[in-house]
Amino acid sequence: MNFEYSDEQRLLSETLRKFLNTGYGFDARAKITATPAGFSEDVWAALAEMGILGVPFDEKFGGFGGTTVDMMVVMEALGEALVVEPYLATVGLGGRFVARGGAAPQQARILPALIAGKTKMAFAQTEPEARYDLARVATRATPSGDGWVLEGDKRAVLHGGCADLLVVSARTAGGDGDARGISLFLVERGAAGLAIDDARTLDNLRVADVRLSGVRVGRDALLGAEGGGLPLIEEVVDYATALVCAEAVGAIKYAHDATLDYLKTRRQFGVPIGSFQALQHRMVDVLIAYEQARSIATLACVKVDTADAAERRRVVSAAKVKIADAARHVSQEAVQLHGGMGMTEELKISHTFRRLTTIAQAFGDADHHLARFAAARASA
Amino acid sequence: MDLNYSPEETAFRDEVRAWIGANLAADVRDKVLNYRELSKDDLLGWHKKLATKGWVAPGWPKEWGGTDWTVVQRYIFEEECGAAGCPPIVPFGVRMCAPVLLRFGTDAQKQRFLPRMYNGEDFWVQGYSEPGAGSDLASLKTRAVRDGDHYVVTGQKIWTTLGHYGDWIFCLVRTDPKTEKRQDGISFLLIDMTTPGITVRPIVLLDQSREVNEVFFDEVRVPAENLVHEENKGWTVAKFLLGYERMGTGNIAVSKRELARVKELAARAGLLDDPRFADRLTRVEVELMALEITNLRFLDQLRGGRPPGAEVSLLKIKGTEIQQALTELMLQTAGPLAQAFRPLEARAGFDAFTASLMPRYCNVRKATIYAGSNEIQRNIIAKATLGL
Repeated sequence: MNFEYSDEQRLLSETLRKFLNTGYGFDARAKITATPAGFSEDVWAALAEMGILGVPFDEKFGGFGGTTVDMMVVMEALGEALVVEPYLATVGLGGRFVARGGAAPQQARILPALIAGKTKMAFAQTEPEARYDLARVATRATPSGDGWVLEGDKRAVLHGGCADLLVVSARTAGGDGDARGISLFLVERGAAGLAIDDARTLDNLRVADVRLSGVRVGRDALLGAEGGGLPLIEEVVDYATALVCAEAVGAIKYAHDATLDYLKTRRQFGVPIGSFQALQHRMVDVLIAYEQARSIATLACVKVDTADAAERRRVVSAAKVKIADAARHVSQEAVQLHGGMGMTEELKISHTFRRLTTIAQAFGDADHHLARFAAARASA
Repeated sequence: MDLNYSPEETAFRDEVRAWIGANLAADVRDKVLNYRELSKDDLLGWHKKLATKGWVAPGWPKEWGGTDWTVVQRYIFEEECGAAGCPPIVPFGVRMCAPVLLRFGTDAQKQRFLPRMYNGEDFWVQGYSEPGAGSDLASLKTRAVRDGDHYVVTGQKIWTTLGHYGDWIFCLVRTDPKTEKRQDGISFLLIDMTTPGITVRPIVLLDQSREVNEVFFDEVRVPAENLVHEENKGWTVAKFLLGYERMGTGNIAVSKRELARVKELAARAGLLDDPRFADRLTRVEVELMALEITNLRFLDQLRGGRPPGAEVSLLKIKGTEIQQALTELMLQTAGPLAQAFRPLEARAGFDAFTASLMPRYCNVRKATIYAGSNEIQRNIIAKATLGL
């Protein structure tokens, strides 16, 4: 047992932080989010150049062969800087699907291009009525000739608008809600019958509604086993959940640091407001929430790599409960302790508030994961 | 980063587990698991067994009997003791007074006190709080006046945990009442509790237990050689001790055992299927999972041997909140039977465990008050860690 970061992890973290500190300040970010695409191709190319896009992927594809703890280092840095580029969607979701479920030719075709920054990905899963239930897939894939025809509606697809390649869940058998019968398909941007409606979110990321109207795909578009997609979806979503927990730790750290700084510099009644005990104790509780969030995210990232499916489910849900609670608590306190300034668009703290609010509900809110954790306990 | 035990660590865990299994007396274990009062003999008996094995003071330097364990080994040891239901090692001697002697004591003091402390020949207790000096410890008034080779001590200490078992008490006393700063003029004295002039009186707590005491000093003559560090420099010693006092107040291993117990009781009561109960239980469990990692992260940082800092305050705050939450959940599992508090000797077939849950819940309210209330811990973190 040890808690040290390896030299590689430290180096990775330093490289990325140096880049973000110099090239991704709050003003630079504001310029990026004001563009029509809402993200920067230059930043994306730089992330590829630094090897950040290849961190979790096998060396034979040009990756770094890193663990999820390596990814935690990356996600924390991205979270602290509120990076809006489609890293989680491409590397944490799309790339992970290909790496874990793709056939060798699919991996060889997609992963090197992804790592080089030439292919962006997204995961089209959520449907209008599904909330967080991963088995609620009503989109149909009907056999046709040498492939399938896809028909359905996907909502809130993270970075679906810029994706070159979508992973789409669709039903090849069974009814909405059945665990069996879900399959995964690779769908390229520009496929006939694919309509993507891109929108900016309040936290300045992008989501898309994706409409599939008779989209034809070939046999080679099937990712993983026909009808057996749900376990892979659960595994990848758990992975992405662990990553978003790590991202939250970075954002929480920023909220903590900025609020502490504000308490020390903002003066009222002739003294820094941080001299008031009512505020000190609230600030201490923010610190405690941050440390606890870091611990549970670390546990989730470690277990994603090492635990069996049941333990992975249990720990990821535990992490998401704590992260959702901490995200809400810390973001609300950060705004409150900043007073009126915390309410303004011009301070990064309000953007951090928005990102943490979204993260609290990403891949299942606290209630969803409380129920999932209890179910894991009952079956243990 | 690796959260799994190495083969050596696993072997060590097995060794500890087997040793505890062979040495922990069933009746003592039973008392621990059922929240019954541990006698002085129960506590010292276990202490002596550990001393014989060489495991009673893992944190001491090797030459005084320390184990030279890694941080992970110390963690494993705590885990196994907690899981098995071992009695606590009473901290006042080996964990609190000893670090002070090792840091500030003379060679003669070390030679005289440390081996007896190690072997459990004396039961040590702590004389810090006074009726007028709780969180504001520096306002203490117990006087020690130099008279030849002695100090003459007069005053009162309060909340003295297990004071009725005490053979020796370490005290903060005022040796100079006229200093400008109250922190100056305080000294650290070791006092033999059989000395004439000492009276110990119990304070009955809200669970009707006897655990803490008032200790009165009426012209108690204490040899001057029992002064630790310099006269009027006791506050330095007290500050040094603060971190050690809070170490281990997280009680994580014990909370893990209690959590398992809550689940067992809740399952029996059909409460695990009640989403309201299940959600509350889960939030406590998740907090404990996180705290276990937080504790390990902090231990990892302490490996260089630097004394514990404000971060242990965090462990104290969260650890005690969790302890209290667990007693609350456990009380709830008993439902209407929780009100059946009767004297334990009441009658045959009487469910003493269920009847212990209400007093237990009441008793553990102390955890957020003792060893520096959680509000004081927040003050410490605000100042020392946050710089506010």
